[in-house]
Amino acid sequence: MRGPLSLWIGAALAGLFAALALLSFVWTPHDHTVLTIAERMRPPDAAHWLGTDHFGRDILSMIMVGARTSIAVAIVAVGIGIAVGVPLGLFAAANRGGYIDELIMRGNDLIFAFPSLVIAILITAVFGPSAVNAILAIGIFNIPVFARVARGGALPLWTLDYVLAARVAGKGRFRISAEHILPNIANMLIVQGTIQFSLGILAEAALSYVGLGAQPPTPSWGRMLADSQTMISLAPHLAIFPGLAIVFTVLGLNLVGDGLRDILDPRVRRAR
Amino acid sequence: MARYVVTRLASLCLSLVVASLVIFAVIEVIPGDPAAFMLGLNAEPEAVAALREELGLTGSVAERYLSWVGGMLTGDFGTSYTYRVPVADLVAARLAVSLPLTLYALVLSTAIAIPVGMIAAAGRGRAADIAVMGTTQLGIAVPNFWFAMILVLIFAINLRIFSAGGFPGWEAGFWPAMKALTLPAIALALPQASILARVTRSSVLETLGQDYIRTARAKGLSRRQAVIRHALRNAMIPVMTIIGLQFSFLLAGAIIIENVFFLPGLGRLIFQGITQRDLVVVESVVMLLVFSVIVVTFLVDIAYAAIDPRLRRRG
Repeated sequence: MRGPLSLWIGAALAGLFAALALLSFVWTPHDHTVLTIAERMRPPDAAHWLGTDHFGRDILSMIMVGARTSIAVAIVAVGIGIAVGVPLGLFAAANRGGYIDELIMRGNDLIFAFPSLVIAILITAVFGPSAVNAILAIGIFNIPVFARVARGGALPLWTLDYVLAARVAGKGRFRISAEHILPNIANMLIVQGTIQFSLGILAEAALSYVGLGAQPPTPSWGRMLADSQTMISLAPHLAIFPGLAIVFTVLGLNLVGDGLRDILDPRVRRAR
Repeated sequence: MARYVVTRLASLCLSLVVASLVIFAVIEVIPGDPAAFMLGLNAEPEAVAALREELGLTGSVAERYLSWVGGMLTGDFGTSYTYRVPVADLVAARLAVSLPLTLYALVLSTAIAIPVGMIAAAGRGRAADIAVMGTTQLGIAVPNFWFAMILVLIFAINLRIFSAGGFPGWEAGFWPAMKALTLPAIALALPQASILARVTRSSVLETLGQDYIRTARAKGLSRRQAVIRHALRNAMIPVMTIIGLQFSFLLAGAIIIENVFFLPGLGRLIFQGITQRDLVVVESVVMLLVFSVIVVTFLVDIAYAAIDPRLRRRG
């Protein structure tokens, strides 16, 4: 009971923000680009459900559009991690024990020494801040994560009979990896993907908070928090609502990740 | 053990060399001419030439790399282009804030998480466990810099117990400096403590299910004795790895949190370096961060092998 229920609560939370992000393409309560200085820093009321910021922009509308930025950055970063990391991990497992395996895993360790913040700092120092650079930084950070999961999941499969049968039948390492190994580690990848998605949302918020992510006027949750900081004693709602948006989205995704792991990962099921 | 340390030490050195090559390539090779990049589009050619001379950018790429690495080995990190002082001095002054903050948070996180995780494991499925699991689930989802802002709102603006930011410096005395670092350290420690408490809980639960615990109980040890004498040491192995990994997250987190509290640490140095295009500062600080992560990982591996002899055989 506990597993499925928390999974559904998580899915509802994450789904709510995904829906708000999609809805913002066609409708927001107010136009988030219109500055109305006369109505600045209003607390929440009937016209502006979550109040207005220091330029009189509607906070709810900005959170809706900001959800777009957060979700897009995190999804593409997970995509980069999977697209590069999974083939690397499968390749390493197919050549387990060999020098290619060693090379890939050492390369992984090396990327692990660069936290996504440090990668973002390096990229931004040379190319300037942008949402694309934030995606790259988080995406590069995701590569070794997926490579490890793919390799770790693939290694035990290579000793199983059906893989042996496939080898006897004359299939090469690439075909076996694609046809037999990948489908069997898909569950683990989905669970890890959900976790990296939620970490990506947190990382994007942190990067845009310090100015290394999406640039104004593109609304982003981290940017809104950075802007609210100097006014926190006058208008705390400016800091509270975007932060809650991050917390609920990440919490939702984490609950989904935990729930999926309970359902999809046989090792966890046995351990319970 | 000695052989294991030597192999790990060799791979440590190799990692450092490759990391320094990557950083050097991104900062000094990709922008083309770093001197022109630092001065911007409207720079006079003479000024660019002078800066190139000053930064030692006249030699070939290989020469420049070797002199950069050679300089760092002798403690010479170059001269900051904006501050006009040696980067080593700047970094040393900023580290005096960032490093204590990171360690403070690490100690807080460990001191909270391990007992909490053990309590949760001991009362598995009961109210305390459910409360711990719920709180930590929330703790993981909270961005540390937002939590920091909320702490400022509550404890600095409303209750006026702590100051909202700034740092008096260590020369103002140990306690005032620690007080200024307390809110930032709490904000940093919370998400990491949540993760660590969960790892501790599941690790203790896993060891409690092992045969040797049953044996210990069967020979007459109480549950408490079995946990303290046999389970804890084994359960601490994964916990230690996570603590090691958390060092790098805390260091990166410290860089962000410093912005909330206007602390004069590495974070402010590096972000100013980026906006002012002071590549010398950015390059050195990034190298320092990566260096510390690699060295801490190495130390954790060694400690790990010291506790668990089975790991020494894997080169």
